[in-house]
Amino acid sequence: MAEKTFRVVGTSVTRKDAPLKARGEALYADDIRLPLMLHARVKRADVGHARILRIDTSKAEALPGVKAVVVGEEAPIPYGIVPQMPTEYALAYKKVRYHGEPVAAVAAVDPDTAEKALDLIEVEYEPLPVYTDPKEAMAPDAVKIHEESPFPANIAYQAEQEFGDVDRAFAESHYVLEKTFRTSYVNHAFLEPHSAVAKFDTNGELTIWSGTQVPHYLHRTLSKVLEMPMQKIHVKVPKVGGGFGGKGEVSNNELIAALLARKAGRPVKLTYSRKEVFLQHRGRHPIEIRMKIGVDRDGYIQALEYDGTMDGGAYGGWGVVILFYTAAMLHLPYKVKNVRFRGRRVYTNKPTCGAMRGLGGVQPRFAMESLLDQIAIDLGMSPYEIKKKNAIDQTHETVSGVYVRHSEYKQCIDKVVENSGYLEKHRKLPFGRGVGLAGGYYISGTAYTLYMSYKPHSTATVRVDTEAGVTVYCGATDIGQGSDMVLGMMAAEKLGLPFDQIHVVSGDTTLAPFDLGSFASRVTVAAGTAVCQACDRVLEKIFSVAAVQLGCRAQQLAVADGEIYSVFEPHKKRMGFWEAVERYIDANGPLVASGEFTPPRRTGKFKGANIGHSPTYGFTAQVAEVEVDTETGEIRVVNYWEAGDCGQAINPQSVEGQVEGSIVMGMGQALFEQVRVAEDGRLLNPNLHDYKVPTAADLPQIRTHIVDSYDPDSPFGAKESGEGPIQPVIPAILNAIYDAIGVRFTEMPVTPEKVLEALERRKSERS
Amino acid sequence: MERITIRFKVNGEDATVAVAPHWNLLRVLREELELTGAKEGCGAGECGACTVLVNGRAVNACLYPAVEADGAEVTTVEGLAGPGGELHPIQRAFVEKGAVQCGFCTPGMVLSAKALLDRVPLPSEEEIRTALAGNLCRCTGYAQIIEAVQAAAEELSR
Repeated sequence: MAEKTFRVVGTSVTRKDAPLKARGEALYADDIRLPLMLHARVKRADVGHARILRIDTSKAEALPGVKAVVVGEEAPIPYGIVPQMPTEYALAYKKVRYHGEPVAAVAAVDPDTAEKALDLIEVEYEPLPVYTDPKEAMAPDAVKIHEESPFPANIAYQAEQEFGDVDRAFAESHYVLEKTFRTSYVNHAFLEPHSAVAKFDTNGELTIWSGTQVPHYLHRTLSKVLEMPMQKIHVKVPKVGGGFGGKGEVSNNELIAALLARKAGRPVKLTYSRKEVFLQHRGRHPIEIRMKIGVDRDGYIQALEYDGTMDGGAYGGWGVVILFYTAAMLHLPYKVKNVRFRGRRVYTNKPTCGAMRGLGGVQPRFAMESLLDQIAIDLGMSPYEIKKKNAIDQTHETVSGVYVRHSEYKQCIDKVVENSGYLEKHRKLPFGRGVGLAGGYYISGTAYTLYMSYKPHSTATVRVDTEAGVTVYCGATDIGQGSDMVLGMMAAEKLGLPFDQIHVVSGDTTLAPFDLGSFASRVTVAAGTAVCQACDRVLEKIFSVAAVQLGCRAQQLAVADGEIYSVFEPHKKRMGFWEAVERYIDANGPLVASGEFTPPRRTGKFKGANIGHSPTYGFTAQVAEVEVDTETGEIRVVNYWEAGDCGQAINPQSVEGQVEGSIVMGMGQALFEQVRVAEDGRLLNPNLHDYKVPTAADLPQIRTHIVDSYDPDSPFGAKESGEGPIQPVIPAILNAIYDAIGVRFTEMPVTPEKVLEALERRKSERS
Repeated sequence: MERITIRFKVNGEDATVAVAPHWNLLRVLREELELTGAKEGCGAGECGACTVLVNGRAVNACLYPAVEADGAEVTTVEGLAGPGGELHPIQRAFVEKGAVQCGFCTPGMVLSAKALLDRVPLPSEEEIRTALAGNLCRCTGYAQIIEAVQAAAEELSR
C-alpha cells in the first residue's frame, strides 16, 4: 500500500464555492444578464404524436417587442448524445413525438411579450396514435414513432448476451426463483431548471453560458446543429444547480437560445419552467424486469437470467448506452458464472428517459437484491450470509471480461451489518418494523468516448506563476458535487501548498483543456489523474532548478508545507517553494505543464462489450430500518446505515454528503416519486407539489461509514462515491418492508394505498 | 402596461419600483433590483428556493404579489452578511458543515433557518425539520443542513 500520510487529502476542507453560494453571489445561468438581452419562450405541442402540417408564426413575428421566432425547419439536423444514432431536433421537425415537445420559440424584449407571442403561433397537426406503454408501442401494427429505426415496431434497440451454460446451470441448481419487477418513471428534480444564455458577437463567434454537465458534448452539438465550426463556439459553465444526469446531454433550450440569438442578433436567455424541466426529462427508465436466479444448496449463485423492457420515451438520448449498462450491472458485485441478458429499449410518446444517477444499475440492482433476499429467506439462510458468500474478492474478473482491480465490498457488508445490528434485528422485530440489507457498486468512469476517438478522456494544465499563483485548468465540470474542490485538493497535496492557494478554472471549452464531462462518476479518477500528472511535471521542472541550488539530485527532492527539501537531509537542504518557482521562471520562462488520463481500453467479442469497463469501481452496502403503520399504510424509514468503499476519501465530509444525498434520492423513488402520464401523453403531475420528493421531514437517521480502502492505481487511492450509494437504496428499503409486514413489493413507489391493499389481501388469504 | 409604484425596504435600504400588477416579489428582486440570490426553482411555492423574509417572516417570493410588499421590510440572502461582508453565523455554519453542494437551495434554506432561529433560538431537531420542510434540496439529503442549523443555533445563543 502506498504512503498514506496526507496533509490536504482526507481532510474536510471548506469548498471555495460554498461561501459564494451561501451569500447568494454565485452566478447560475439564469442570474446572467447581458446588455440588450432578449428573453425566450417555447411553444409546445398540445398533442402526443402527430405530423406537423403547418406552422404559422407571422402574427407572433408582427407583435411589437418580438425580435425572432424559430421553428424546427430552420434547424433540420438531427443530434444525439450517442452521435451514431442522432434522433432529436432542436425543435420538432415534421413530427411531434411527445405532448409538450417544442414546436416554435420566440425571443422578445421581455418575458411577458414572449409569452404573449406564443399564443399567436398557429400549428396544424395530423394526429397519430399515442403510445404511452411499451407493450402497445411494440405491437406489430403500431405506427412507428421513428420511421427510420431499423428495429421492428417501436423497438429503439435490442440486444442479447450470454455467458457460460445458463440452461444447464439452472437445471443443476438446488433452488431457482423468478420474479417480475417494475420500476417507476422518475425525474431528477434538480433544483435549478435548465437555463442558457447565448450570444453571437460581430465576428460570428458564439458564446453560450449553460448549466450543463457536458460542455464538450454541447460544444460538438452546437457545431453540428448550427452548422458552424467548433473553433467559433465557446461554452462556459456557470454554477450548476444540480444535474444527476439530467443535464448530461444537450437540452433543447441550449440550441434554441443559440438559434434565436443568431437570428435576432442579440443575446438570448432561455430558462425553463419547472414543467418544462419535466418535459425535457431524461429521468430514469421504467423497466419491466423478469429476473431468475438459481443457487446451489449452500446459496452460491449458479445462474442468472434477465429480461428487461425499457420504456425509453420519445427519443434516443443515452438509451442504447443505458440498455447495455443494465446488462453489465448483472455481473457485479457478486460472482456469477452463467448469465443470460435479453433487453430492449422501446420508443413511446412520452418525455425521453435518459441518464439518472447510477444509470443502468438501479433497476437491475432492485431486482437482484430483492431476489437474493427472498432466496436466502426461502433457504432458511440470512440474506447477509448469501450476499457475503457470493461477494467478489479484492480483485475479480467477471465472465463478461470486466476487471475489478480493487474491491472492499466484503468489508462494506460486514461493517454495515455490524453497525446496524442487522443480525440481531432481521426477522426478530415486531410486526410492522423491519430491516433490509442490500449491496451495490458503480463504475468510476468509462473506458470509451461516445464517438470513436483515441484521445485522452481528461486533460489538465497547471500553471505556477509568481504573480498569479497556482492555477489548475481542467475541462471537468463542477455541477455542485464539488469536483473543483477535489481537483484543487489534489493539486494542493501534490505541490505541498495550502488548499486555499489553488485556483481552479473548469467548465470552459476555451480556457480549459479537454475533458469529457461530469457523468459516469468519472471526474475524481480521470480528471484527478490528469491534474496529478500535470503537478508531477511541474515539480520535475522546479526540482531541476532547486537541485542545482541545493546541491543534490532532483530525484531526491520532495515538497511539503511550501518548502522543497532533500529527503535525505531535510533540515540542511531545503528552500522555499516560491523561491524555486521564481528561479525557474527567471531562467526558463513560464512554468506550465499538462497531464492526461486515458483509461484502459478493455472490451470483448459481443454486442455492448465496450460498456461496463471502468478504471476502478466503488462499492457500498446498506441497511434500512422501516416502520410500517398498518392502519394508514404509511412507511417511514427510521434508520439507515451505509458502509462504503470509495477508496481513499479525498474529502470525507463531501463523501458523506454524496452518500446521504443518494440515500434520500433513492428513498424518494422507493416510496413517493412517479411522473404520471395521461392516455394522450400529457403529464399529470409536472410540478413539485404533485411530484413528491423527500423533504427534511422525511429524513431518516443516517449513519454512514467510509471503510478502510485505498486503490493503489488511483490518484491518492480514490474511487467514486456519487452513484454507487444510490444503487442499493430501493431494495434495502423494500427488503425491510418485507421484513416488517411479510409483503414482497416488486413495484415502486410503495405508496400507503399499495401497503393497505397488500395487508388486506394478506388478511383475506389467511382467513 | 399599467404600473404601480411600490416603496419598501430591502436589506435596510429604501427601494422604489414601478411594478405590473401581476408581478411577484421574486421578479422585482431578481429583475428590477438585481438581487439574484433568491432563486426560482418551481414558480409555484413548492421548492422554497425563492424564500425571503418579509417583515421577518419567511415567504415564497415567487407567490408573493409585488404590490403586497409596499411598505414592508424585505430581507434577502444578500442582506444577511455583516457590514464588512463577514458571513452571518447561519451562512458560516452551512459552509463549515458541508450543507452547500449545488447551492441553488442554499439562499432559501439559510433564510428559512433565520426565520426559525429568530423565533425559536434553540429549536429541537424536529422543529428544524418542520421549519425546513418547505425548502427542497436534492443534493445533500438534508442531514448536513440540519447539522448546520443546529450549529448556528448554538453559536447564536452563546
